[in-house]
Amino acid sequence: MSQRVTRSSRLSQGAAVLGLLVLILLAAAPWWAGRADMRLMGEIFLYLSLATLWNLLAGYAGLVSVGQQAYVGLGGYALFALTILAGVPALWAIPLAGLLGALVAVPVAALIFRLRGAYFAIGTWVIAEVFRLGAAQVSALGGGSGTSLPADVVRAMASGRDAREALAYWLALGVAMAVIGLAFAILRSRLGLALMALRDNELAARSLGINIWRTKFIVYVATAGLTTLIGALIFVQKLRISPDAGFSVNDWTAFVIFIVVIGGIGTLEGPIIGTLVFFALRETMADMGSVYLIALGVVAIVVMLRAPAGIWGLIRARTGAELFPISHRVRGTTTKETADGKKA
Amino acid sequence: MDWINAIVQGTLLGGLYALFAAGLSLIFGVMRLVNIAHGDLIVLAAYLGLTLSTALGIHPLLALGLVVPIMALLGYALQRGILNHTLGDDILPPLLVTFGLSVILQNGLLEIYSADPQKLQAGAIETASLRLGELALGYLPLLMFAASVAIIAALQWMFYHTALGRAFRATSDRQDVAQLMGLNRAHVFGLAMALALAVTAVAGVFLGIRTSFDPSIGGGRLIFGFEAVIIGGLGNIWGTLAGGVILGIGQSLGAQINPGWQVLAGHLVFLAIIAIRPRGLFPRMDG
Amino acid sequence: MPMSEPILAISGLDAHYGDFQALFGVSLTVEPGEVLAIIGANGAGKSTLMRSICGLIRNAPGAIRFRGEAIGGLRADQVAARGIALVPEGRLLFASLSVEENLIIGGQMGRPGPWSLARIYELFPILRERRRVPATELSGGQQQMVAIGRALMANPGLLLLDEISLGLAPVVIKAIYEALPGIVGGGMAAVIVEQDIARALSVSARVYCLQEGHVALAGNSGDVTREAIAAAYFGM
Repeated sequence: MSQRVTRSSRLSQGAAVLGLLVLILLAAAPWWAGRADMRLMGEIFLYLSLATLWNLLAGYAGLVSVGQQAYVGLGGYALFALTILAGVPALWAIPLAGLLGALVAVPVAALIFRLRGAYFAIGTWVIAEVFRLGAAQVSALGGGSGTSLPADVVRAMASGRDAREALAYWLALGVAMAVIGLAFAILRSRLGLALMALRDNELAARSLGINIWRTKFIVYVATAGLTTLIGALIFVQKLRISPDAGFSVNDWTAFVIFIVVIGGIGTLEGPIIGTLVFFALRETMADMGSVYLIALGVVAIVVMLRAPAGIWGLIRARTGAELFPISHRVRGTTTKETADGKKA
Repeated sequence: MDWINAIVQGTLLGGLYALFAAGLSLIFGVMRLVNIAHGDLIVLAAYLGLTLSTALGIHPLLALGLVVPIMALLGYALQRGILNHTLGDDILPPLLVTFGLSVILQNGLLEIYSADPQKLQAGAIETASLRLGELALGYLPLLMFAASVAIIAALQWMFYHTALGRAFRATSDRQDVAQLMGLNRAHVFGLAMALALAVTAVAGVFLGIRTSFDPSIGGGRLIFGFEAVIIGGLGNIWGTLAGGVILGIGQSLGAQINPGWQVLAGHLVFLAIIAIRPRGLFPRMDG
Repeated sequence: MPMSEPILAISGLDAHYGDFQALFGVSLTVEPGEVLAIIGANGAGKSTLMRSICGLIRNAPGAIRFRGEAIGGLRADQVAARGIALVPEGRLLFASLSVEENLIIGGQMGRPGPWSLARIYELFPILRERRRVPATELSGGQQQMVAIGRALMANPGLLLLDEISLGLAPVVIKAIYEALPGIVGGGMAAVIVEQDIARALSVSARVYCLQEGHVALAGNSGDVTREAIAAAYFGM
């Protein structure tokens, strides 16, 4: 009897082909979609990226942060500071912001990793508040009321408004694909194996020689850098920043958490489904303002209590489907064996 | 003189922060739950105080007689109805569910009361003050500080000298064995949350008398309470008071330097303390 | 075999520990006032049986009946309120409570009966001396006294003793077993899980041997032979 351990299934191979086709279609959007639709899709990609990163942090590394707005805001402010104060072209300022975010995350992690479990979560929020209040003190960037990206900086990005919108769209699409690809690669790497071992049993993982602190540190710094980069991209689209907008806990953390929880925490598919559900709800209910937010909160609580694996967890429990082949499966076995070794 | 005044005012403010912290500390101590909606529950209590004192035409401090039992009942119901179902080895469900509650409360208050700032009117006592040389101590801040100290002393006494406190400590030690003693964990947790929200009710009404409030300020109050808990050291109720006072003094000294630095200075004091003593100044319990 | 109504009747109990089935169709009875011993190798299901009886593991309601009432589906605190007390393996005292508080909380349901703080102190005088000390600062033997006292304070109709000699010095074990006759009797029945087979047989009227989750042997403690026990113990 021949056995083969593989990760991919026929479904995941099919999903890959379909995914490629969708990707080509999406990349061509500037030729078929209107400006408003493209803006919406760009926003969807950026939220998808934020959700994937938060999921990596909370769902895989067990670092439940409610302060990722610290890095979104930092990215936005880094973009404005680099372009306005240092004269760096906007396209260069975006990766530089990401680098800066990762650098800033190093001392931040050293500090807040001293807080355990749930207290870590609130510690991340304190950091975000410190950043927000700090940004309000920077009078060169408008202090508490914020500032706009100067017209010449915006104009220098691309020739004409259509070209700029297409560029922002492609950047958002590219970042989303890169973030998902990176998350996928991390989870299949040694680091990913360490994360899954940690998630299943921290004590056992430690006895296997996994350095918990370093593993979590790497994930924290990497997600912080990428979140900062996404923050810069978000404010390239928005063209205006203020401390309250940049460091908004609702916009950059609450929505992201709801997306991941509703879609399915701890899976790569979850944030994708969650993002689609979130935007479907938002586009139909956005006029209802705070009622919409209340509904979102209720849905998230119900999902957490009744179906903690989220929508994707429900789908997977029914069908065993896996679009991103991360878990290992044994191929070629013709008989199943029960736990006590008897042939079933 | 300004600096001494800042320290005294900061100390009085710290009493309020200790009240924000006491409820958080109690429920963390009994059931290891960190309630992200805690700040929004403080704000809810302030709005309850507003509605009741205006509807009944009574003084907000008198309204406490209703706000406290209402919040306690709400706490019991919340714990039995929702939060008990989130408790376990995994920290994600309680965090995410209370985060969801926070968003619901905040937006619910926004729907009902709008985003306009409100304030509880306490009448003449708001401006009356005791003069000590050049220091002017408002009667109201003094009264609130005394009440905070008294509430914290009562909590401490309850925890170590009553059957309820014994049940809290036993359940905190070993939930399964406490169950064998005939203590229903779900009920004990419900009582802990009821007590925590009763304290929160006082904190909310005091907050509303001291400053104006709107539905969005809950997150900030959660953070102040949390900072006081960590500065004081986990599991130490008197430490929580010390933590609140240190935070209050840090904030008022920051404001003395630059009015824009009040809250920032408090956060920096907190970060400095976790850098130097990550278990807080007077720890008693493992986090 | 006694013909009176049993105080505890277990019939066809299947118990699960997570995904793992630990008990398969276990049936046994405990008569009023009797001491029953349960023996078996490690992993035979003894502790699972104890945890099932006291409600820490929930089961089919009718599988466990106490004084005729189906209690298999009740929570541990509901079972405790009906008069079943467990001295758990490893003692599991409350570390934040003093010796006296550990005893008091054992009696917090206020069930009437012969046991009171004063009588526990009479039984174990050393505990009176050390009543203000945090319970987990006592020696192992003294902690076991607190654990037994804590269970007795509930004035139970049925006392479950799970591996009470585990990790204790032989002279301490002897002292505790010498106190046992003064504890059981007076209407209280007891189920005792014990590694030391000779000791288990000497204190009990009847014995059950569990093997891989099944009852492999049941009999009067005075009558069972070493061979029968060896066979039931190891499945030979």
